Amino acid sequence: MSEPLIKTVHLKKYFETSRGLLHAVDDVNMSIFPGRTLGVVGESGCGKSTLGRLLLRLIEPTSGQIFFEGEDIVQYGGIKLRDLRKKMQIIFQDPYSSLDPRMTVSEIISEPLIVTKTVTGKKAIAEETARLMEVVGLAERLVNAYSHELDGGRRQRIGVARALAVKPKFIVCDEPVSALDVSIQAQILNLLMDLQRDMGLTYMFITHDLSVVKHISHDIVVMYLGQNVEIASSSELFRKPLHPYTQALLASIPLPKVNRGKIKRDVIRGELSSPIDPKPGCRFAPRCPEKRDDCVGQDIPLIEYSPNHFVSCVKYM
Amino acid sequence: MVAKELLRVEDLYVMYKTDMEEVHAVNGISFTIREQETLGLVGETGAGKTSTALAILRLLPDRTGRIPSGNIWFQGKNILEMDHEELRRLRGGDIAMIFQDPMTSLNPVIPVGQQIAEALLLHNEEGLTREQIEDRVDETLELVGIPSSRKNEYPHQFSGGMKQRVVIAIALSCNPRLLIADEPTTALDVTIQAQVLALINELKEKLKTAVLMITHDLGIIAETCDKVAVMYAGEIIEYGTVEDIFEADKHHPYTVGLFGAIPKIHEETDRLEQIEGLMPDPTDLPPGCKFHPRCKHCMPVCREKEPPVFQEGDHLLKCHLFGNSSG
Repeated sequence: MSEPLIKTVHLKKYFETSRGLLHAVDDVNMSIFPGRTLGVVGESGCGKSTLGRLLLRLIEPTSGQIFFEGEDIVQYGGIKLRDLRKKMQIIFQDPYSSLDPRMTVSEIISEPLIVTKTVTGKKAIAEETARLMEVVGLAERLVNAYSHELDGGRRQRIGVARALAVKPKFIVCDEPVSALDVSIQAQILNLLMDLQRDMGLTYMFITHDLSVVKHISHDIVVMYLGQNVEIASSSELFRKPLHPYTQALLASIPLPKVNRGKIKRDVIRGELSSPIDPKPGCRFAPRCPEKRDDCVGQDIPLIEYSPNHFVSCVKYM
Repeated sequence: MVAKELLRVEDLYVMYKTDMEEVHAVNGISFTIREQETLGLVGETGAGKTSTALAILRLLPDRTGRIPSGNIWFQGKNILEMDHEELRRLRGGDIAMIFQDPMTSLNPVIPVGQQIAEALLLHNEEGLTREQIEDRVDETLELVGIPSSRKNEYPHQFSGGMKQRVVIAIALSCNPRLLIADEPTTALDVTIQAQVLALINELKEKLKTAVLMITHDLGIIAETCDKVAVMYAGEIIEYGTVEDIFEADKHHPYTVGLFGAIPKIHEETDRLEQIEGLMPDPTDLPPGCKFHPRCKHCMPVCREKEPPVFQEGDHLLKCHLFGNSSG
């Protein structure tokens, strides 16, 4: 396989709180390959959005390295960082609060062109804006509309066009379809997949929706309380989930299939424990149905259980 | 044996009227819920699901919400003709509701135990004493899986899933005949959602409550419901048992589109089938079939005439495609 476009090594982000250190991202190692989509799944508070923001250098890591095209970008500053910003973009979850209500569609989409000087000259900017709108499927007549006049799906198309404006290689999609209805969600997912095919984009797709992540991702990272507990290709993960948390996640999804006489699913008990000053050991242990004595006390390394299938669980050590 | 009819909605219309415009939220829907039965109301944003629920409890906003016509029969009485006193007894008593967002449906400055006791006090037809009510609060909390020792804590001390359990505890405290659950798990994580759905299913069996389950998630429908009504633009366009909706051959094109649009966990799909276009504007609904501008099978008649209801057993379809085949 080719070199990864993005790679993290022992990446950590701790936040100081009044009650102690919050381990939002704790020692994450992963790679994203060019032209592919890495899905990041986990429940709220597992650190998946923090991870996305770290990769984009929107927040500073506590320690660890981030390689983009082979170079460690953690130390980047000034012009180098500004140039880097053109190569990586983000699409946000909420198409309502991520667009300035006082700007028109064309102003929002052309702003990155102007700021980064990707295109100069009024006419060229207008042409490029029109082209971007066409790429994402926004009708030309909406050019002077304000975002509040549009529905969620169209707003999210603006978010996609804005991210594409600077011709990035890598886009972090942070729950881009969670706020949308299923019929609109399908439109946006199809759009993102078409763009990837046509432009060779690389995505990191953050979501809590397992069926969405399976559909769009080539590889998947499962996160739990700041740590990646399992990494595998999408098909492998769904066929053979190894970590008890991944198994519990998959079992929790309500399936659109009639199941009268209802087979009782094994629902995992309990809730996420606190990410503040966690003790060494597996963080899923308090909820794990297969908990053993050696789950706590020592950190569990991520091991390659089978080729390209990594898991962090004492069962497989 | 067929269970007794509990709720019957007949040709219900709901509209919101402001100086600027008229929003046609619900346009002539009819359905029944029998005792101990769970009916799922499925559809996308703006389909009229929540307006239907609010109409049943007469909770539509005072100045703008109207019910121009229709009847809602509950245990033989028409809710639309009830006075304030009767409505007060009904709400939270015979019919309880769980709202979507547990974060905002609890009072932040009152301990959760007291919020459950409030419902019991207001519907205290058995004349329980203060102590008996406290006992009942403890029982209810334990029933939904919260240790009763936490009853003096405030909502912010609970997680989202726990808060939704408190909301369920309040709803169930007075042994309602009908529970309306409006997207009860949308704000929750998937493992917590599984816990809450299992809890609702378990309590439904234990307390013999009928449920109106409102959701946009077809997976939740399949797991919890006996009957399903698919709503689009304020109409029920397909109705039937879960088997009819998930397994029968004939479906409304919108139902087909809805199924095609969800990514499948156990199948490989390259591309999702999308429904082109958007939900119609409820202030300006298209004539004829309201789905026709987005429908792949649109015929000339669809643009002009409202489709008749085609019936096969319990399975109802509102679409011209089936109108002529067997009548």
